[in-house]
Amino acid sequence: MIRVRRGSAGVKIERAGIVRTFVAWLVGLVTFFPFLYLVLSGFKSEIQASQMPPLIIPAPGGLQGLPLAFSPTLDYYANVLGSGFLPYLVNSLIAVLGSSVLVFMLALPAAYALGLGRMTHHRDVLFFFVSTRFLPVVGVIIPIFIIAKDAHLLDNVLALVIMYTAMNLPLAVWMLRSYFADIPRDILDAARVDGANVVQELGYVALPMIRPGVVATFFIGIIFAWNEFFLAVILTAVKSTTVPIYMLGFESLIGLFWAQLAAAGTMAALPIVLLGWVAQGQLVRGMSMGAIK
Amino acid sequence: MTPGIRKPTLRVPVIGPFVVWCRHNWLVAPAVLYAILVTQVPFILTIWYSLQRWYLLRPDLSGFNGLNNYLDIFQTSRFTNAILTSLVMTSSAVILSLVLGLIYAELVNVRFPGRAVVRTMLITPFLVMPVVTALAWKNEMFSPTQGLLDWLISPLGGRPVDWLASFPLQSVIVVIVWRWSPFMMLILLAGMQAIGEDVREAARVDGAGAWAEFRYIVLPALKPYMQLCILLGSVFIVNEFDSIYVLTFGGPGTATTNFAFLIYQNTFAAYDIGHSAAMAVIVVGITIVLVMFLLRLLGRLMEDNLQ
Repeated sequence: MIRVRRGSAGVKIERAGIVRTFVAWLVGLVTFFPFLYLVLSGFKSEIQASQMPPLIIPAPGGLQGLPLAFSPTLDYYANVLGSGFLPYLVNSLIAVLGSSVLVFMLALPAAYALGLGRMTHHRDVLFFFVSTRFLPVVGVIIPIFIIAKDAHLLDNVLALVIMYTAMNLPLAVWMLRSYFADIPRDILDAARVDGANVVQELGYVALPMIRPGVVATFFIGIIFAWNEFFLAVILTAVKSTTVPIYMLGFESLIGLFWAQLAAAGTMAALPIVLLGWVAQGQLVRGMSMGAIK
Repeated sequence: MTPGIRKPTLRVPVIGPFVVWCRHNWLVAPAVLYAILVTQVPFILTIWYSLQRWYLLRPDLSGFNGLNNYLDIFQTSRFTNAILTSLVMTSSAVILSLVLGLIYAELVNVRFPGRAVVRTMLITPFLVMPVVTALAWKNEMFSPTQGLLDWLISPLGGRPVDWLASFPLQSVIVVIVWRWSPFMMLILLAGMQAIGEDVREAARVDGAGAWAEFRYIVLPALKPYMQLCILLGSVFIVNEFDSIYVLTFGGPGTATTNFAFLIYQNTFAAYDIGHSAAMAVIVVGITIVLVMFLLRLLGRLMEDNLQ
């Protein structure tokens, strides 16, 4: 007998048996393990970090008798923070937040007009945006590099802000458009009858109604910009390098410092992982350009 | 200038109507102009560069080179090898992550204790910074001295394997699949939720087994979603760069040099602008075919959603 109940989305979902539950947990844990192990290694000493079998139970203080246990330390976090991580963090924050602000200034009005369909060549414009997102970045990087070099924008965070804006703009336009399109048309028409102009209609009526969508779009843009590496490795050198570039510095000739690398990697990746967990319900909408809700 | 003779003006037929369009659609125009300026104009410049002989370190050799760059890049096997590597890497990574994503999705498309936690664990690989992902796999999984893979095979009597040296392409593919299968899962889950339990239940009442239910109910209904997975996955994975840079740096030899990495090397290590630009133009040409299919599919899905 299969028991069926309504799930959160209002659709019926089947209840799993014990075997399937066990398999699901097992697959989940195995998939998650590489990241979990990275996080754990950041709290070990260098000797513990390369020990086999792997130590996977953080046991502060008295539980040292346990197999696979280790006593966690924050030493390597202190090392990383003390060894010049912060300038990279600041550059990343400038690139990510700067581009996000620019994206919203450009995308909000555009998505509004496109979402309501009150314009000519509506489809052409939408597909123009999406095609700019899908064309390979190698197709533009050479002139961008040359122009940046001539304009003295190499190794300047501004170059990353400009490029990340272009990278996230289509995504934001498509996502926000899909939220605007969900607003009942009567409400906007009513505002217009009451004498609201386009700016008021957008700012006071439409925008508050899609606030969760705006937040989700913002988050997804941040995820892409924060993790971006190709443009950063080409357009920055010393002063304006971002967190992904900082991570490369651990592979040095004087040997591997795995625990320290793990601590730095956790600091680089965890904020975005947490952000993604929060936004996971909207992630698919962002990745499919709003085509799937 | 002699009076009476009008100065000839450069007339581009598209610009006039475009300016009119921009004035009528002033809400959209800034975003469109920005995208043109940062993506379309550079691409046109790439085409122009591809016709030049241009080495950044030897400006004295510069000059118009016609289509010779295009002929040159097919003279050696470097570029064709990179295209082949991209093809193998992308197709196997897309297929494997699609299959894995389908398994993930089937597993969490049922209710069980901790379903939200498992789902969250499964999407995590997609969120981890790709450079960190590659560093983690390189040092905690593939490493011949402290890697978990070697430790796992040691009871089977296996000798330590230097995975990145012995199986470079396979290792890179494994990392890409780990990262992209959660993405496939998310799209397929959306598709599965659109089927509705009623249909699946009806099939079961009619006596369909688990496999029959999956084969004849779930798979056909998921078809457009799987197409979306394949096309989106290909468009993103074909440009893979981060994991190659960190794991193998294109090697050993050129075993993992896909075209993104080759163009990177040829531009920023050899400073050979002309040939790199020619490669980039060809890569864009190949991708446009993929993107056209993708746009058609997105258009269809969008229409479905609008109804």
